[in-house]
Amino acid sequence: MGSVYRARDLHFPNVVKLVAVKEMINAAPDPAVRASIVQTFEREANILATLSHPAIPKIFDYFTHEERSYLVLEYIHGKDLEALLTDTSQFFPEDQVIAWSIEILDLLQFLHTHKPEPIIFRDMKPSNVMINQNNHVVMVDFGIAKIFREGQRGTMVGTEGYSPPEQYRGEATMQADLYALGATMHHLLTRHDPRLEAPFTFAERPIRQINASISPDLEAIVNTALMYNPNDRFPSAQAMKDALMAVARKTGALDRVDIRTMQVAPSESSIRPKWIYACEDEIRGSVVCENNVVYVGALDNNLYAVDAQSGGFVWKYATSGGIVSRPALADGVLYVGSEDAHVYAIAAKSGQMIWAYQTDGPVRSSPRVAEGHVFFGCDDHYLYAVNLVAARRLWRVETGGMIRSSPFVTKDFLYFGNDEGEFHCLDFRGQTKWKFNTKRGIVSSPLVDHDTVYFCGLDSQLYALDARSGWAIWRFRMGKGSISSPCRTETGVIAGSADGNIYCVDAGSAREIWRFKTDHQVSGSPLIWKDTVYCGSADGYLYALDYRTGRLRWKYMTGGAITGTPVVYNDTLYFGSTDHNLYAFEL
Amino acid sequence: MTGFFDRLFRRNKTTPRRSSAEDIRTAPLSEEQLKAVTRLDAPIQPAQYIVGCAQSVGMQRDHNEDTIFVLNSLLSGGDQAIPAGLFIIADGMGGHEHGEVASAVAARVMADTLLTQLHGLFTGGGMDGQETSLQEILASGVAAAQRAVTSKAPGGGTTLTVALALGSQIIIAHVGDSRAYLFSVAGSIHAITQDHSLVQRLIELGELSEEEARVYPHRNVLYRAIGQVDPLHPDIHSHEFPHPGYLMLCSDGLWGVVPESEIFQIVQKSASVDEACRRLVEAANNEGGPDNISVILVKYPR
Repeated sequence: MGSVYRARDLHFPNVVKLVAVKEMINAAPDPAVRASIVQTFEREANILATLSHPAIPKIFDYFTHEERSYLVLEYIHGKDLEALLTDTSQFFPEDQVIAWSIEILDLLQFLHTHKPEPIIFRDMKPSNVMINQNNHVVMVDFGIAKIFREGQRGTMVGTEGYSPPEQYRGEATMQADLYALGATMHHLLTRHDPRLEAPFTFAERPIRQINASISPDLEAIVNTALMYNPNDRFPSAQAMKDALMAVARKTGALDRVDIRTMQVAPSESSIRPKWIYACEDEIRGSVVCENNVVYVGALDNNLYAVDAQSGGFVWKYATSGGIVSRPALADGVLYVGSEDAHVYAIAAKSGQMIWAYQTDGPVRSSPRVAEGHVFFGCDDHYLYAVNLVAARRLWRVETGGMIRSSPFVTKDFLYFGNDEGEFHCLDFRGQTKWKFNTKRGIVSSPLVDHDTVYFCGLDSQLYALDARSGWAIWRFRMGKGSISSPCRTETGVIAGSADGNIYCVDAGSAREIWRFKTDHQVSGSPLIWKDTVYCGSADGYLYALDYRTGRLRWKYMTGGAITGTPVVYNDTLYFGSTDHNLYAFEL
Repeated sequence: MTGFFDRLFRRNKTTPRRSSAEDIRTAPLSEEQLKAVTRLDAPIQPAQYIVGCAQSVGMQRDHNEDTIFVLNSLLSGGDQAIPAGLFIIADGMGGHEHGEVASAVAARVMADTLLTQLHGLFTGGGMDGQETSLQEILASGVAAAQRAVTSKAPGGGTTLTVALALGSQIIIAHVGDSRAYLFSVAGSIHAITQDHSLVQRLIELGELSEEEARVYPHRNVLYRAIGQVDPLHPDIHSHEFPHPGYLMLCSDGLWGVVPESEIFQIVQKSASVDEACRRLVEAANNEGGPDNISVILVKYPR
């Protein structure tokens, strides 16, 4: 079979990050069979990597070397139930067994209702249940190991003693998982190892005869799970979980022990900001960093420069209107738009104004710098191109709607939307290349990647257009309109929506990969850094999610909606909140 | 084991493996290969698709049940031309009556649906009034083909693989076991469609090995085909057209007989796409030509 190694991830040389490396040996003699086993292994690893549940270890990587395949996964600090049984001599308290079982059922329910196909765990037993440092369940040894077992078809999988009768006939069903959990619970409650007894003889060892402290209700549930005929057991993991919850409520176990189900997030207390800088009013825009200084505008009319390390004040520059966008930085000069209908050029070092350019309306679109010009949209319906040195307008283009979307600049073209639902592609002479119409406004700022432009609309759609021609390749419908600006992973597009979700959509097929529900509109935009997506929500939280699965890594609560895009600079995350504060987190 | 980790993490200086030289399988490049990589092609203006196609009844069948459709268009004149193309392969199902009717109806109705809604795409026009996305229009084309086959060739069935190309975008709609491949001139060949066949499913489930699949008695059983399954769920997805590179659509009469590596070699070594298509069909016939052979090869030069 194989072994599990405790290994250290040397991608993080400055910290000790432990991972578990599971080794599986491919013993099939026929090269074709061997190749198909590796293929199945890789597919299963991919399925596992997409599963997002707190009781499933995270998958970091997999690889195959000669006849051995490896899976690199989250290292679980803790012990499995088999070891706990060996190390102790007392009966486990009933409350504890109920709590663990509910957590296991929460996972089984998640697996059994997995789409497109249910996943059967097939090998539920004490040694596959890890109890981590926080006394929560993590299930190890997924089906993945089983494909390496000799004899592909029809042979038995599962562990003798815990497996139901039908599994000996080669059938793996959801009821089989429930039976095996019943057997595991029986073992925990009675301390009688079923592997040492004749198969299917649990009824001969009634729980309460061995351990009188167990409630009759709990015994009845275990007995139901262990019925010989699958039809006499619980119809689903959910049904068994509901039955256990009812017992837990009745015995008071629910109040005494901490039971974690899917919805509960990891603890927040461990995540603390490195520093907080308070502005005088809401921060709605995004930050920009350079030379160890963080620059951010606020509704109090000021552009602030704050020391990136300490959070200490460096300088501020007062405009006459709120600043709700992200400043652009080029060659030591900041370009920032204000609601006072000006774009300012400000020396990044000193905070001195170099020039101001006046428009006919508030500037809420973030300026972009390219080709010696600054490009920005304005509430006066124009998209402007202004020369950086002379502060003179090269051209402006009327679009028939307020432009709050920030232009995306490529080698040849500029892309942006307006609040009349028009999406424009201009060349550097200000000539329209193409125009695409949606039914509602576009505030989201576009992203161009590999000849495809992505943006969200207030019409609830996330669009993918061909960047050269403007033809819509696909659109993905979200629950409500969106002003969030998308970002890309290698396979997906991530964006928030007013329906409260952060979505990840497959860039090729437009299918949803995952969604993460927050408690309010997601007007903020996501940032991908390493393997994590950072995104704020109007519920006040900054969320850090695994970008492949959407699983919550951590979240941090601020005192107001987060509407900007976070930024990572020198391994530190910066973002502002409408609670007036600028936050810095060391990653 | 430790040896492997040492090598992997380079913790210790290890002597090179004894067999390391034997592990290198790269043979010297042939003249043709060298020519293909060293020739400094000037970009072709305007950017365009060069299309070849070929069809053969094969050596063992007496009639052709495959249908292909090819449309290649370009409007160039301003400073930017975007080539557009529509390529369809349908392989009527042998065991059924009306196999060739089914494939012809499916391809024609698909082409009709797309051309009606997307004429602007082929005449270089804008997408004014485009209400739906290209992926949705392709999906509506598959649905229309399904309705047409059900009524005009009842009992018949067909595969349907459609590639709508627009500049460097390729959008695929696919049902059955015909295939679309992408390959870059210098690099690799890979199928971008997944066969909806019983054998492929069994391989995916780990029930059959690739070896066993080659001789499996029901290897041409499809679990998804136009005219056969209701409701029908086509695969629809978009890809980036390698540039320079090729898009190839073919029926199982080619891919089931000629290995991918050989297909790649033939395309590499052919002077033109027409010659490549002809040689691909010949290669399949040389292997016995057990089925109808259809191939469409689209080159997107630099």
